[in-house]
Amino acid sequence: MNGVHDMGGMDGFGKVEIEPNEPVFHAEWEARTMALVRAMGAAGAFNIDTSRFYREALRPDVYLSSSYYKKWLLGLQNLLVDEGYVAREEVEKGHALKETKVPPRGKFTRDQVERILTRGKYMRSTQAAAKFKPGERVRAKNINPVTHTRLPRYVRGHVGVIELNHGCQVFPDSAATGAGENPQWLYTVVFDGRELWGADADPTVKVSIDAFEPYLEPA
Amino acid sequence: MAHDRDDHDHHHDHGSELSEMQIRVRALESILTEKGYVEPAALDAIIEAYETKIGPHNGARVVAKAWTDPDFKKALIEDATKAVNTLGYVSRAGDHLVAVENTPQRHNMVVCTLCSCYPWEMLGLPPVWYKAAPYRSRAVKDPRGVLADLGIALPRETEIRVWDSTAETRFLVLPMRPKGTEGWSEEQLAELVTRDSMIGTGFPKTPGAPS
Repeated sequence: MNGVHDMGGMDGFGKVEIEPNEPVFHAEWEARTMALVRAMGAAGAFNIDTSRFYREALRPDVYLSSSYYKKWLLGLQNLLVDEGYVAREEVEKGHALKETKVPPRGKFTRDQVERILTRGKYMRSTQAAAKFKPGERVRAKNINPVTHTRLPRYVRGHVGVIELNHGCQVFPDSAATGAGENPQWLYTVVFDGRELWGADADPTVKVSIDAFEPYLEPA
Repeated sequence: MAHDRDDHDHHHDHGSELSEMQIRVRALESILTEKGYVEPAALDAIIEAYETKIGPHNGARVVAKAWTDPDFKKALIEDATKAVNTLGYVSRAGDHLVAVENTPQRHNMVVCTLCSCYPWEMLGLPPVWYKAAPYRSRAVKDPRGVLADLGIALPRETEIRVWDSTAETRFLVLPMRPKGTEGWSEEQLAELVTRDSMIGTGFPKTPGAPS
């Protein structure tokens, strides 16, 4: 979706400021929110793409004015309600009130924590031969799906070069909407800064994205 | 998927937003605990891991090893996930970690313009600035300007390569080893490796400079 989350190339957000000695969390609720999202994901209530889609789907004014973990909490609440794990009235009352859907993997318990500290695997077995090889020129398609995609707007329509082939991986555009993993080849595609930002751009800049094969066409 | 409900921002001052958020998160945790979907001890253990075990010290050990062991460096560039998992003394890396090496000709910088993708196992949870609009918007269009904000100046001819983490690949920058560290041990070198030097928004510390 063409949301405000797709920020690459936007102007006006001001300077980047690093907080010296930043703590891991700025408040206890941030830590609990992070842990709840990880735990419910691990319990099988949703995949990583769906959880990203729910944060992107927050209203643009809410997205921009909410802190990072507030977006996580709002996205989690909406997802759990939409998927039937929690009832909206329960969120309002702050207690479990009725029978709701149980996460596919059941209760997330302490003995499972170690498992989720290492990233999951997104690599899948090959479905078909890869269409592109490193060194080939490709154009990022001009697509504007209203659902989740990982093709940022700032590369759409532009020509780049395939640099790496990362293998066949879960396709977020499908996984986010419950349409299955639909694995696709994943490539690193590198663009010249002037191709993306015009002739006046810094000639020393190159930008790459990781692009799934359906995002690309020969150029 | 349109969500008008419950997304309203009430423009409270910082303090009351904090307590409002505390109440909301506690409520959700109570619901999920009462339903038997999660147990608080599991949440505590997740938080503890990110507060104590998983942080930039992991990436620093990997970088220091690469600086001192050419075979390890070669293996790291070829397949970072596999190389990291041979070490045993840092957190295990999952799929799919890629190490990108800085050279005098090329400086690498990592961003996630769409959300906040970051090599958690190597660097811990990302800092606020990495997840915020100024960095996500500008890193791909004006990386030199971003580096200037952070007090970093690169030679004009140095190529800047920005890696936008748009899939499940995670990038770790392998910074250049500081001069004046000949004969240093891996442990000493690891002390020089900063979080930001592994994102590409900073350099390692220089020997003898005040930290």
